[in-house]
Amino acid sequence: MTTTTVEQAVRESTPGAAPPGTPRRRAGRLRRIGLPYLLLLPALVLELLVHLVPMAVGIVMSFKQLTQFHIRDWGAAPWSGLDNYSVSVDFDAPVGEALLHSFLVTVAFTLLSVGLCWLIGTAAAICLQDSFRGRGLLRALFLVPYALPVYTAVITWVFMFQHDNGLVNHVLHDQLGLTDKPSFWLIGDNSFFALLTVSVWKGWPFAFLIVMAGLQNIPRELYEAAALDGAGTWQQIRRITLPSLRPVNQVLVLVLFLWTFNDFNTPYVLFGKAAPQAADLISVHIYQASFVTWNFGTGSAMSVLLLLFLLVVTGGYLAVTSRGRRTADA
Amino acid sequence: MRRLRAALTGAVTLSLALTATACGGGSATGEGSNDSPKTLTYWASNQGASIEIDKKVLQPELDKFEKRTGIKVELEVVPWSDLLNRILTATTSGQGPDVLNIGNTWSASLQSTGALLPWDEKNFAKIGGKDRFVDSALGSTGVAGQDPAAVPLYSMAYALYYNKKILADAGISRPPATWDELVADGKKIRKLGKQVLGAEGANVAENIHHVFVFAKQHGAEFFTPDGKPDFTNDGVVKAIEQYVGLMAEDKVIPAGNAEYAQNQSVSDFAKGRTAMLLWQSASANLTSQGMSEDAYGIAPVPVQSGTPGGGTQVNSMVAGINLAVFKNTDNLDGATEFVKFMTSEEEQRILNKAYSSIPPVKAAQSDPAFNTPANTVLKDTLARSAAALPQVPDESQFETAVGTAVKELFADAAAGRPVTAESVKAKLEKAQQQMPAK
Repeated sequence: MTTTTVEQAVRESTPGAAPPGTPRRRAGRLRRIGLPYLLLLPALVLELLVHLVPMAVGIVMSFKQLTQFHIRDWGAAPWSGLDNYSVSVDFDAPVGEALLHSFLVTVAFTLLSVGLCWLIGTAAAICLQDSFRGRGLLRALFLVPYALPVYTAVITWVFMFQHDNGLVNHVLHDQLGLTDKPSFWLIGDNSFFALLTVSVWKGWPFAFLIVMAGLQNIPRELYEAAALDGAGTWQQIRRITLPSLRPVNQVLVLVLFLWTFNDFNTPYVLFGKAAPQAADLISVHIYQASFVTWNFGTGSAMSVLLLLFLLVVTGGYLAVTSRGRRTADA
Repeated sequence: MRRLRAALTGAVTLSLALTATACGGGSATGEGSNDSPKTLTYWASNQGASIEIDKKVLQPELDKFEKRTGIKVELEVVPWSDLLNRILTATTSGQGPDVLNIGNTWSASLQSTGALLPWDEKNFAKIGGKDRFVDSALGSTGVAGQDPAAVPLYSMAYALYYNKKILADAGISRPPATWDELVADGKKIRKLGKQVLGAEGANVAENIHHVFVFAKQHGAEFFTPDGKPDFTNDGVVKAIEQYVGLMAEDKVIPAGNAEYAQNQSVSDFAKGRTAMLLWQSASANLTSQGMSEDAYGIAPVPVQSGTPGGGTQVNSMVAGINLAVFKNTDNLDGATEFVKFMTSEEEQRILNKAYSSIPPVKAAQSDPAFNTPANTVLKDTLARSAAALPQVPDESQFETAVGTAVKELFADAAAGRPVTAESVKAKLEKAQQQMPAK
């Protein structure tokens, strides 16, 4: 049915409708075309204010020599050309070397955290797919870490990771005897694993929630048919569940990646302003460059570089996954 | 449709107005005025055991000020962890309080932003003159040779807090006066199964305070006379090696303290787990944690040799809080009047008693409350053997860079890795390279 036919049908079914070509008809058409844009306008305005303007300001700042001497009137700070960028990517000098180290730590942390969150969340959702007594309670319990305020949750982990009185050392060393002596979790090399543990604990319930929603859309008949054909549980998961979850997982992995890569709250609450080198995530590193050492220009340049990296990765990911989807659709 | 159009026009106008504000390129350069003479906003730093306690201490005094002047003071107590960021944000936006507390070591850094009212002769005259204040406290109000950026409010100094019973049980008759004595006493204390000396190894600011004193005792400075960082000179390296060596080599500071950053060492001391603690004005904190004042003594911080607390030996940094006025306040006269009120003899006595600090106003120090044995140690230290942290614009960055290096060295020590002059120097070289280029 063409647009003209639809309009004609609507006109004919509307009592007192104006004949074609009249000003009233033109106004109606304008209203229909303009309304979606009008409804989108508040969101566009807010997007402009909340994201685009600060982003533009940040890009301008990255080309300025902005320290405490000009923070009160940052517009008057002297231009520094590409100096902030060259300092940030000079990996033989301390600032660039530290940024590269932080970037590599963040990449490793993100890959492990996202992978584990997805794995645990998916496994838990599949386990809870079939109804059984207590399933509702388990679902609610699994979502507790996601529902807790971040600060409260992470500060509790800080207490648990304490060297002398923490629960983690009490269990690992005192009760299970898995370590020779109590370990340090909030300083030194182990801090990476402490951070990863908290991140996965906090993040997997989101994966569980999304995968659980995705599982609702898989017709039960597929499993029944597969069972009749002799497919076991693992084969059903491999041949039915995972392929059916593919569109859900594409979004889930992207969202988890972006959240984890940019996570600021977890490392900041866990370690404070000066994170141990092994757990020096890039978000806190840039915060430190900007707000602790007061090199706002260099911090802005680092933020822009991070933004570019995330845009490239996200764009590449979307291109690859949508190509895969188009191939599957064809 | 008409309503929709009106809403749309409003939204667009609002967005343009806000965008124009955001793009102003830093419009926070307005100077003070008296446009709002009946109100003031005051950001107080968290001095007491909690924010609620601070409000209970301060609110009656602010009510008193309102009764006398008719000016209402809106109080906000800001936690230490947020204070510097809040000040920076206020500086950028120009939307700050009228009067605020700053850590006195930040004075020079904040002075360089140009956001604080300079306390020239004319402004000091309005609050009774510069001579009313103790010299050491005035030394931490901004770069030497410039008008101070703030006025001293509370003064503090580091002292050695010691548990009388633990020392007696170990057969130690008096608190250690030198580091050698402390290490020797430590061996006796450890035999009792007690920890010797508490420290906050992961607290960047605490680290700086201590290594600054050690550096002074080695005759070293972190900055050259013209303000350039000089973190790797032999005296500084030796100082940091000695401080971290208290854990790495002497086993005086327990390894677990390497991850302390939330005043856990004070709790350990209050609970009788640790025999000694280097802290500033800890009395109120210890009392709130249930430790009786009779249970501990206070002595000057140990030195390398000679008589502690006297002569030329430095055994504390000048710690304290300053009171500053935001330059673009819209109640300049009221803000000055408020500073005069808070630094009056009467208020200095009330507030410094409440926070177990020492009044930086000379006249208020004569109050018997500040002449107890404990306060006498702090007062004498401030008067004779305390030194101000470097008053350079990069002080804030220096605290972070060197304090973080010491934190990493403590982590090495806790993990059993050796802390040598080479490893200290390597960390300090990295810290120095992270300082803004001159």
